[in-house]
Amino acid sequence: MSRFLGRRFAFSLTTLFLLSLLVFFVGQVLPGNVGRTILGPLADQEAVDALNRQFGLDRPIVEQYGTWIWHFLQGDMGQSYIYGVPVAPFIVQALGNSLKLALVAFMLVVPLGILGGVLAALNADRPIDRVISMGGLSATVMPEFVSGVVLIMIFGVWLRWLPISAAWPEGAGPLTQLYYVILPAIPLVLVLFGYIARMTRASMIEALDSDYTRTAVLKGLTWRRVIWRHVLRNALLPTITVIASQTGYLIGGLIVVETLFRYQGIGSLIFRAAKAKDFAMLEAGVLIIGITYAVATLLADILYSILNPRIQMETAND
Amino acid sequence: MTKPTLSLDRLSVGYRSGEREHAVVRDVSLQIAPGEAYGLVGESGCGKSTVALTVVRYLPRNGKITGGSVNLDGADVMQLGPEALRSLRAKKVSMVYQDPGKALNPSLKVGRQLAEVFEVMGVPPAEREPRAVEMLKKVRIADPDSVMQRYPHQLSGGMQQRVAIAMALANDPTMLILDEPTTGLDVTVEAEVLDLVADLRNEIGASILFISHNLAVVAKMCDRVGVLYAGMLVEEGPARDIFGSPSHPYTVALLRCMPHAGQTKTHGLLESIPGFLPPPGAQLSGCPFVKRCPLADGRCRAEIPELQDCGGRLVRCHYPDRAANLPPSIEAGDVLPKPPSEAAQILRVSNLSKTYGQGNHAIRVVTDVSLSLQAGETLGLVGESGSGKTTLARMLLGLVPPDPGGSIELDGRPLAGSLERRREDEVKAVQIVFQNPDSALNRSHSVARIIGRALRRLGGFRGTDLAKRLDNLVEAVRLSPRHLTLRPRQLSGGLKQRVAIARSFAGDPRVVVCDEPTSALDVSVQAAILNLLTELQAARAVSYVFISHDLGVVRYLSDRIAVLYLGRVMEMGPSERVFGGPNHPYTEALLSAVPSIGGTQTNRIRLTGESPSAANPPPGCVFQSRCPRKIGGICEVSEPPVTEAEPGHFIRCHISAKDLMRIQLQNKGGASTRRSVQSAPSVATLS
Amino acid sequence: MTDVDASHRQRRIHEVFAALFVSGSFVTGMTIVLFWALCTVLGRHLVPYDPLADDILNALAPPSAEHWFGTDQLGRDIFSRVIVGSRDILTVAPLATILATGVGTVLGLLTGYFRGVVDDVVSRFNEAMMAMPSVIVALLAIVALGTSETTVIIVIGLSFAPVIARTVRSTVLAERELDYIAAAKLRHENSMHIMFVEILPNILPPILVEFTVRLGYAIFAVATLSFIGFGLQPPSPDWGLSISTNYSMISGGYWWAVVFDALAIASLVIGINLVADGLQGALND
Repeated sequence: MSRFLGRRFAFSLTTLFLLSLLVFFVGQVLPGNVGRTILGPLADQEAVDALNRQFGLDRPIVEQYGTWIWHFLQGDMGQSYIYGVPVAPFIVQALGNSLKLALVAFMLVVPLGILGGVLAALNADRPIDRVISMGGLSATVMPEFVSGVVLIMIFGVWLRWLPISAAWPEGAGPLTQLYYVILPAIPLVLVLFGYIARMTRASMIEALDSDYTRTAVLKGLTWRRVIWRHVLRNALLPTITVIASQTGYLIGGLIVVETLFRYQGIGSLIFRAAKAKDFAMLEAGVLIIGITYAVATLLADILYSILNPRIQMETAND
Repeated sequence: MTKPTLSLDRLSVGYRSGEREHAVVRDVSLQIAPGEAYGLVGESGCGKSTVALTVVRYLPRNGKITGGSVNLDGADVMQLGPEALRSLRAKKVSMVYQDPGKALNPSLKVGRQLAEVFEVMGVPPAEREPRAVEMLKKVRIADPDSVMQRYPHQLSGGMQQRVAIAMALANDPTMLILDEPTTGLDVTVEAEVLDLVADLRNEIGASILFISHNLAVVAKMCDRVGVLYAGMLVEEGPARDIFGSPSHPYTVALLRCMPHAGQTKTHGLLESIPGFLPPPGAQLSGCPFVKRCPLADGRCRAEIPELQDCGGRLVRCHYPDRAANLPPSIEAGDVLPKPPSEAAQILRVSNLSKTYGQGNHAIRVVTDVSLSLQAGETLGLVGESGSGKTTLARMLLGLVPPDPGGSIELDGRPLAGSLERRREDEVKAVQIVFQNPDSALNRSHSVARIIGRALRRLGGFRGTDLAKRLDNLVEAVRLSPRHLTLRPRQLSGGLKQRVAIARSFAGDPRVVVCDEPTSALDVSVQAAILNLLTELQAARAVSYVFISHDLGVVRYLSDRIAVLYLGRVMEMGPSERVFGGPNHPYTEALLSAVPSIGGTQTNRIRLTGESPSAANPPPGCVFQSRCPRKIGGICEVSEPPVTEAEPGHFIRCHISAKDLMRIQLQNKGGASTRRSVQSAPSVATLS
Repeated sequence: MTDVDASHRQRRIHEVFAALFVSGSFVTGMTIVLFWALCTVLGRHLVPYDPLADDILNALAPPSAEHWFGTDQLGRDIFSRVIVGSRDILTVAPLATILATGVGTVLGLLTGYFRGVVDDVVSRFNEAMMAMPSVIVALLAIVALGTSETTVIIVIGLSFAPVIARTVRSTVLAERELDYIAAAKLRHENSMHIMFVEILPNILPPILVEFTVRLGYAIFAVATLSFIGFGLQPPSPDWGLSISTNYSMISGGYWWAVVFDALAIASLVIGINLVADGLQGALND
């Protein structure tokens, strides 16, 4: 198993390295003359050069990348092109806020999604399955801003149950904060619900149709025992990986939700940096999302390998 | 007859597919008495597994009982409520299935799964584990405590099936259903499992329903036998009678399809059953076998025969007394020429090895194999899973490059190890017929395209020439021109294999490797394919390397045989010598493991222990860890020499050929009786 | 085992179609998609008002007999804008998906068939791409390159390609182990022939399903980009863009300014996914 985890870890590092290359390429090479982009076509050439020099953009590309990634690893994510101050504190604070929102969404969606998938599978091809499957499918493909505006309209404007802005008052306690983030969390929950429910349903049906389930039923076990002990145990393992693979999306989906609900998270930070062409901020934000995803999938794989007896023996072959 | 344990009364089962309902089991009635072992045999698609699932009421969602009833130990299974059904499954009936690896829960330890049976029976928690251990001992598992702690995937197939049997017997059932329990296991492992079941029969009182496509296995295990065809019971009676003097034309024809009593291709072609099984759900207006029966007349076409009593057995035929004189499907005297004994050597393999992986993880799957092949000759390669026979074949073809050091020569000229470096004429000289035609034929391409492409690339034909060749080749493999526009999916297994054979012959090959070409086919289809291969060989003087785990088939087709174990050739020689002895102890065990119809085998050689993995072969002789003839330390220390027992017959063993002969004759109880395998029809594989 | 039957092939094709048309989801989805496709082609000729014409005096009028869906803050007829609003997204998203499918299929075939170093590098790169939500990758690239429809198509297409490449690669990995590949090698066929003539026809069904699913996500992504201001640009009557300009007014009670656009997007993405769902069901049987 340690061999599997070692390989898995190296795999994550490679992915992150490639991601950093990608981000660097898109953020610093593609735009061409950053100084010109920021200052606009009318600016004085000297001012453009000076700005480029200030950000170190006049040096060779490899050196720029090296410096950037080296500083990043030490916690120095660079200087904002716009504000001229270090990016890191912004990123850290925004990430913290986003994780709160993501956590709320996760706590809601994981049990709901699994429950929905299990219910659908146990009632396969009956009306309750059609409702969950079709509802889940529709929810999954709905852009967050579409469900978001509808939710704002219903719960914020008509019913007035929940605040339409997620920015809680200064010094609010955890419960108040929760009250403010419930509405923004729902569009994320909707998108993830369908995905998790569908995956759970598929692996449940596979487990229900398996030979070992037949063995268990024909042993004379009660249906409840068969489901709890034999079916769920095998069906829910793949769901762990599915859930983890959605963390990247979840954080990405924040960009819309945070903009829509005026929430100070990593998504709205990236959005504002993009609007302002603040590449340093943008790159740091995107890379942080990648790192979050890598960590989440790594954790999921570790969990999976602990729970799945077959991986303990075999070395993983991908 | 006392009150039967299981009784099916006019049972019919159908599967729904779209709007249609396909009848799979039609009007089947049978009784199994307490303690009786009843065998249900039939080719694939005859509905035998559906019968088993109906008995325990576990049909797939689209399956439906359309008529009749099932009575198990006094209970009408169809009328039981959920709790009564659960209780029936818990206490009365148990089942063992074909694929033990799938039937056991992959994420629960063996001990827990076994203890669960006792939990269902209401055994107090403290007693469950000791009783589970006791069950494992009962199925002859040597170290039950360690097996209890393992997960199913950590056990070999044979061990998994023992665990499954232990689970099935734990509740002391009155009815035990075995659904193809040894299919997919190696022949020596199959023998062990069958022995176990036979032994346990004496200890338990359960009635047994034994379902198999393998006639010989059923003949060995059962008291009475029912033959299913297209969902109908066509014949039923005592096993000895059914296999000794069958009365239904189908049973007669089926038994004739198998290579008999040392029959080889020089004796003539095999019998086969022409035509096809009616598709599932077909509307029958007459006898289901009518289209394939040489005795059929107007009455057979118009009227479905009833199952009628013919002196101790039941036969579903209008003319049961005529079956014994069923006309043969081939003309007699159609003897095929033997290859000239002084033929030139075509292929020569020296010191061929193949190692996968590196360093500590290196696995040597083929070790130092040398052999040769003459023009027009068939060399049989025999061995169980892990013996390296397929890897060896793929090296001949150039699909797998051998380790440096070995060599392959074609007509005396060295052949490159990798296909890319072989010349066009070398590539077309060595071709293959794969085991599974579904995998070997591109399912998006039509038959004409599959064969045509091979003719263009390997034969170099173009235009009208190509069209003419295509027609010839299609005719040579007994396909009809109307098949040309079809895709593989639209063909039956036998026809698909004919397409594959046509393709391999497109470039007039010198050597064709046949990798288990009939193991995916029913026995009636197998005979026709073997005949085709024989005819093509006679007509084109091609040489075959014929790989099979089925010794009867190998014997029929092969001039010489090589026996492989863990990547090494343990014995090689002329076919009749390898089957006649003296044998390498492994060959001896293989031969004696094969169940045979009518064979009453005594003094069976049993292999014990697990087959070692190629990653970690035993020191000395690789077979010593399981060898029943092991003579001592020398076997564990040094690799045995290869000795020539008779001219052309080589054995790799520390025991001299003379001593082997003596031991083996003693074991058979005297020099006068020949081995039963020799005199009885060999293993019959239907699916 | 069934008898050979010349009509079998027709029957099989017939069965796939029958399964499709029995499947309610496919028929419903196809109806919705065809409706919006029709609007894309003919929309301008069907609508009662010029979707771009201002009428400030009539700004934010609620739905009425005259303006079925009301008017927006510039007094433009919302019904006309919704009908015409499918045009840009139904051009950009399919083109992006076609690009993604083409690139992804070729990449998947190459990496799955050849394995080795190229596969390792490309697969790691794909992993890295997939670690990022495509909206964010697209955002980064659009910021760098500037906003235009072509940029959106290329960026969305390239950011979706890895997912398709992964699907194709995994099916190719299974195919290449089949013996018909070995048989082709035993005819000395070159790799191009094996990949595109032998393998490709067999993996078309999963590619078709993947295409449909990705089309749904492309619409998702383009609409989202438009909503945050990096996709389609004014004065396009695009739905996402309209919602973006009008959503701040829902707290003022002007619900009609966004709700019809929201419903339109919802119906389109659901329609496409119903088609995908139906296709998957029919092809898997």
